Amino acid sequence: MNNMNRMTITVGLGMVLLAGTVCSGCASSKSQIMASDESQVQLRSIQSRAFDTTDRNKMLRTVMATLQDLGFVVDNADEMLGTVSATKLDRYALRMTVTVRPRGRGQTLVRANAQYQLRAVEDPEPYQQFYASLEKAIFLTAHAVD
Amino acid sequence: MRQRNTKIVVAWMLACMVLIGVGCSSTIPKSALAMSPQALEVRQMQTRRYATMDEAKLLSASAGLLQDLGFSIDKSETKVGLISGSKDRDAKDAGQVVGAVLVAALFGVSTPIDDHQKIRASVVTHPSMGATNVRVTFQRVVWNTDGRISRLEQLDDPEMYQEFFSKLSKSVFLEGHEI
Repeated sequence: MNNMNRMTITVGLGMVLLAGTVCSGCASSKSQIMASDESQVQLRSIQSRAFDTTDRNKMLRTVMATLQDLGFVVDNADEMLGTVSATKLDRYALRMTVTVRPRGRGQTLVRANAQYQLRAVEDPEPYQQFYASLEKAIFLTAHAVD
Repeated sequence: MRQRNTKIVVAWMLACMVLIGVGCSSTIPKSALAMSPQALEVRQMQTRRYATMDEAKLLSASAGLLQDLGFSIDKSETKVGLISGSKDRDAKDAGQVVGAVLVAALFGVSTPIDDHQKIRASVVTHPSMGATNVRVTFQRVVWNTDGRISRLEQLDDPEMYQEFFSKLSKSVFLEGHEI
């Protein structure tokens, strides 16, 4: 019986260590407040696109419609600031904030930030998919920005 | 005794799996931001077209309807046609309760069951070509009796949407047409 107990404790400790190792890669602390994994410039180009329009209202409305198409519930929008926030629940929680602001004379810059569960999404692919849908919805080409 | 030890080991393994699964190692699914093949169908279910350009009237009727349905209005921005609301409700399901009681009686272990939920809704109006589209989306978070999230889901029961729009039509005295 003693042997059995010892085994249980060993296995238990092993599991805790394993879980600790797996999670240590993203150990949370106050450093998370200002943290981002990618370089700022790179991240901005992954998350932003420019569109040849100055119609901010239409852009905001199209962003909202696109988010709804993608299964989001729109939480908040502000026309003056040009922001839209939305949440998708599908066995996971995905939160998006999209901002729209003028760029130069004839363009609008759209930037999207996504947060999946407890992590910022910094992989280019989901953003490419988002902008592919937005392009179709607004009938305009999304230009990459540096 | 041996059986008890096994149970403890299993409990530890489960706890660790939860830590690993829910913790930080999760990455976004490939299809999370891709248009699903059902997107058009879902859009049709969630949208009605009203033959009016009076967006404010539709928005205020929607706000009233959300209140009728027990939602609190969380945010609204009329300039882009948005109202979002939520409500907290009981989520106990008779079937689950019976199941949990049976499991408890047979195996002597208590299983967590759904306890309460937060239902969220957003109504978005979109004027286009002489008429206004109204689209509503619902989703919910369910917590179990252990206080953990047990479900995160979109609500896609067509009847719910039909009922919403039939009530909205009545309050604006206009018939909502399918798109």
